Amino acid sequence: MSKNYTAADLKAMERNARKAAKAQAKRVARDEAAERKRFAKNGFSNPANPTRSLGLTIVCAIFAIYCLFPFYYLLVNATKTQSEFMSKLFGLAPGHNPFATLWDNIVTVFTYQNGIFGRWFLNTILYVVVGAGGATFLAIMGGYALAKFRFPGRKLVFAIIIGSISVPGIALAVPQFLLFAKLNLTQSPWAMIIPSLVSTFGLYLMWIFSDQAVPDELLEAARVDGAGEFRTFFQISLPLLAPGIVTTALFTIVATWNNYFLPLIMLTGSQQWYPLTIGLNQWNDQANTAGGQAIQNLVITGSLITIIPLVIAFLLLQKYWQSGLAAGAVKE
Amino acid sequence: MSQQTSVARDRGADAIPVNKHRRDWRGWKFMWPFAVIFVLVFIIPIVYAVYISFFKRKLALGNRTVFVGFDNYIRLFQDQQFWQGVGRVAAFTVIQVPVMLVLAALMALALDSMKLHGTKFFRISTFLPYAVPAVVSTMIWGFVYGAKYGLVGSLNDLLGTHFDVLDPSVLLVAIGNINTWEFTGYNMLIFYSALSTIPHSLYEAAAIDGATEWQIVRRIKMPELRGSLAITVIFSIVGSFQLFNEPQILKTMVPGNAINTSYTPNIYAYNLSFTANDSNYAAALAIVMAVITMIIAYAVQLKSMKEQMK
Repeated sequence: MSKNYTAADLKAMERNARKAAKAQAKRVARDEAAERKRFAKNGFSNPANPTRSLGLTIVCAIFAIYCLFPFYYLLVNATKTQSEFMSKLFGLAPGHNPFATLWDNIVTVFTYQNGIFGRWFLNTILYVVVGAGGATFLAIMGGYALAKFRFPGRKLVFAIIIGSISVPGIALAVPQFLLFAKLNLTQSPWAMIIPSLVSTFGLYLMWIFSDQAVPDELLEAARVDGAGEFRTFFQISLPLLAPGIVTTALFTIVATWNNYFLPLIMLTGSQQWYPLTIGLNQWNDQANTAGGQAIQNLVITGSLITIIPLVIAFLLLQKYWQSGLAAGAVKE
Repeated sequence: MSQQTSVARDRGADAIPVNKHRRDWRGWKFMWPFAVIFVLVFIIPIVYAVYISFFKRKLALGNRTVFVGFDNYIRLFQDQQFWQGVGRVAAFTVIQVPVMLVLAALMALALDSMKLHGTKFFRISTFLPYAVPAVVSTMIWGFVYGAKYGLVGSLNDLLGTHFDVLDPSVLLVAIGNINTWEFTGYNMLIFYSALSTIPHSLYEAAAIDGATEWQIVRRIKMPELRGSLAITVIFSIVGSFQLFNEPQILKTMVPGNAINTSYTPNIYAYNLSFTANDSNYAAALAIVMAVITMIIAYAVQLKSMKEQMK
């Protein structure tokens, strides 16, 4: 088809197409705004393009302020020293450059206790890459199998997984700990990684997504052409599943990055394997233990550093997780 | 992305061609890794929990565990501390879950109405708290609540009042606020996704037929929300019956002993097995909690499903 085009040509075409799409979106937005203005004059209303309501926007803005306020609090207080934090100022501390203090705090976070925070950060990344990455991969394969094959035991698998959603984590955590203790795996990264590998919500998402995004005819065609099941899966199905994969990955990453209960049970006592959540909590508790040094400025700055990667991921991957979830909502 | 919509087929699993005479095991090629890990971290621990809940560690017998039948369960049913915890999370669930879900549904309806200036901004800003770990959100709110150096303290100084949101009488509300802040956006997104699957031509048709906006919300959008309501209700109930992170982290920030070792059933089970070294009793507790949660979740789900059938 595109034999005559070089890679550079294709890239240029792609760029142009993107530019054209952007320009079109701009035109549509302008036209819609003009339409709203016209309709407002005539007292007319198009349900697909209603007049924007200032009142509703203000009500929602109050809720948005509630949602964003803790982020503001975190950001402002990360620019304060410990004594300034204790002096309960609502806004920025006066008398110094906030960025300088913020930088000081960041440096102290990474050097305090021989730089253990950096270790915790790397641990968290290890758990996310292996645990959440593995969970995503298992969910993709499992969801694909449930959607595209009718194998013996399929209904049983399905029933068990639906049932497992309403089993509370604590019912599992205690016996999980006892079993891992027997296998000598507690206080090692495996105790955190292996339980993170199962994401029933991810499996559910991928099942629904595979059902919709991969047409059976395509699979049949690939089989007729002599492709094996795995080749069909990797070369044909995986690219079609991309938005669902991003959504599933995002949710498993959040679940692993933010996990508190599992590492609390499995890793207590071996500081060098803590993820960020347990480490931060330990720093916070330090203020309340006898003789402990209060380091709330480090807790605040460390918290800020902890949430930044996830916030960025959510902002950048917006269109993926939104379309992925929308697909998931089609069926219940 | 556009591929996904253009090739999307509305096919049930029944449409998959099968040869009924030969069993098709191919699916297991993809299913087995998940199944193996699932058995390892889910099925075996549950079976093991049931097994050890029938035993008890006896100091008189050289700290050996002996079979005691239903003793742990009988002890649990007479355990005041446990039932107080259950009552606390039940009260918490009854108030916090409806507040959160109503807020989430209203926000989803507002976003879906397309009447907001800056829909995109509102969508992302209400969802963003979901990205924050429970540890961080509890600590931030804990600082905000603090009468000594927090925002509540500043407000008290400013207004000359003496509010203390960490007082034992309102502590549960303070925790409820943290949970609401964390999960409203997540539930909002599920509702919003359900609403966004309604074809817009339906609204146009309704408008042409003279339906008011309220009628469109009431007759088209609300029924669509009901389906996702079952999912969100079950996830929220399971979540709040498991209440652990927020009170456990808040414990050291709250003056006195307001959050004790049996504040919620989950905290009780945790302390039983890791402080009191009584894993057998903790296992019995965990199983009873699992059964209670499942009964409530199924009861609610059945009710909402019946409503859908109407």
